[in-house]
Amino acid sequence: MTDTSSISRRKGPRPPSSHWGRGAFVAWLFIAPALLFYSAFVLVPIGTTLYYSLLRWNGIGVAQFRGFQNYLAVLTEPDLLSTIGNAFQLVLYFSLLPVGIGLGVAQVIRRHLGGPFGTTARAILFIPQVVPLVAAGIAWSWMLASNGVISQLLSLLGLGGWSRGWLGEFDFALPAVGIIGAWVLLGLCTMLLVTGIAKIDPTLYEAAKLDGASGWDEFIYVTVPGLRQEIGVCITVTVIAALASFDIVYIATGGGPGGVTNVPGLEIYRLAFAHRQVGLASALAIVLMILVIACILPIQWIMRERGR
Amino acid sequence: MSAEATARPALSVGAFAARAILVLLMFLTLLPFITMFSAALAPSGTYPPGLQWPADPQWGNFVDAFISAKLDRLLISSVTIVVCVVPVSVLIGTMAGFGLAKLALRGSQFVYLLFVVGLTLPLEVVIIPLYYEIQWLGLLNTKFAIILPLIGLFMPFSIYWMRAHFVNVPAEMSEAAQIDGASAWQQFWLVQVPLARPPILSLAILQFLWTWNSFLLPLVLVEVPLERTMAGALGAFQGQWGTNIPLLCAGSLIILAPSVILFIIFQRQFVAALLQGAVKG
Repeated sequence: MTDTSSISRRKGPRPPSSHWGRGAFVAWLFIAPALLFYSAFVLVPIGTTLYYSLLRWNGIGVAQFRGFQNYLAVLTEPDLLSTIGNAFQLVLYFSLLPVGIGLGVAQVIRRHLGGPFGTTARAILFIPQVVPLVAAGIAWSWMLASNGVISQLLSLLGLGGWSRGWLGEFDFALPAVGIIGAWVLLGLCTMLLVTGIAKIDPTLYEAAKLDGASGWDEFIYVTVPGLRQEIGVCITVTVIAALASFDIVYIATGGGPGGVTNVPGLEIYRLAFAHRQVGLASALAIVLMILVIACILPIQWIMRERGR
Repeated sequence: MSAEATARPALSVGAFAARAILVLLMFLTLLPFITMFSAALAPSGTYPPGLQWPADPQWGNFVDAFISAKLDRLLISSVTIVVCVVPVSVLIGTMAGFGLAKLALRGSQFVYLLFVVGLTLPLEVVIIPLYYEIQWLGLLNTKFAIILPLIGLFMPFSIYWMRAHFVNVPAEMSEAAQIDGASAWQQFWLVQVPLARPPILSLAILQFLWTWNSFLLPLVLVEVPLERTMAGALGAFQGQWGTNIPLLCAGSLIILAPSVILFIIFQRQFVAALLQGAVKG
């Protein structure tokens, strides 16, 4: 890409009075509108959040400078720290379930997703990506209610004693929220992995068969390495979805019962707009941003390094 | 069973297993909507069982929900917001992607990096200052409170997406245009944009979905649900009718309908856009 631009730069001066002499100015004109919106509604707000995070401010009155006190509170107060712990627990459900199931399905389906059946399956599995997360939250709240379809299925299997309002119980609420996220992301991950596996050279599988490899060996030595890129994409998308979750938790549990499903996104919203602790909320927001970057960078790095 | 299976050609067993698994996955995907549908037909205000065809289906619930959700006004509001956000955002994102990929600019790598940093940014990180900024601009509780920030928030992906396309357009294209004496602006509109139709369409589809489904932004910046987009209004609808399961389910399904119908019509484009969008994002 640097090659192309340097070529056009070298060729530029040939028609002497061309517009390309003012290249830099023209280029800035093309970039300026985007940069303006991006600065106004992303870059400046990030800086402002950083600034707020050093203050004690109720959003209306005079702010006091507090240094790193807010960060200290985020990293020591159990109520705030537990939101981060919950977010990481959600990562297990949002990432591991869809990627694990998706890999298994991809291995079985491999080359069998052709024809109208495949097209239909693809479309249906994508529906969770099209409907808003709010709708997923409402639908699943109803399914997980004490008289919902999950309890109904359990009774059908003779496990009626297990029926309960899953989202209202201390021990089950967080896993239940995790299942909702897994449902949302399962179709996307499966389709990414199925699309990826179709691109793996089929002779690799034949060679593995000739060497007497079991299905499991095939999976570990052919499928997983061949899908490295796609697995990386799935993990990136799902980890961000889990750490920055808001919509599903807001609708399904509101952080309850007793805060066991509270996540940083919800706590930021609540601290800033209900409790008027703008500084503390901002510090939590910055910590969340750092956590997301700290989780994503190694994944990207592993994907790139091994890809060579 | 295993003896029988090995007797058949391996492919058909594989094909059968693949279909069985896909059918199960499709069922799991659709189950939430099926159970909402069965609940939506139960008498309003009752507690129906999870999944059961009601003896006397109450189709009127959908009408009641349509009226109490004021879906007509909600649709107008959502469409207005989409129409303001998507064309502007696609246009300036495409321009910047072109500028960063094809025009000689010292420091373009740095500018690009600045945009790409925003790709993983959770909305929660900027939502607090956005509130005070929009308040300062006097735009709280107006559609602009949703429109303007969304355009800014869409920039990282739009530029990443469009630049990736323009970088791969052969240099001869622009050189030919240059020799013909075309300005950068003419080259952009007459040569590059027509060639970039597929990625532009995908980008527009993704931005439509993100706008239509945005929740936190409208929740914080617009108090009146009728001025929000669909998802924001759905949240408010749940707050209002959370205890009336049949009406809530009917309303949710109605609010979902427009985007699902659009998805069914443009299914192939949506799937392609979502798949590529995830890979590149």
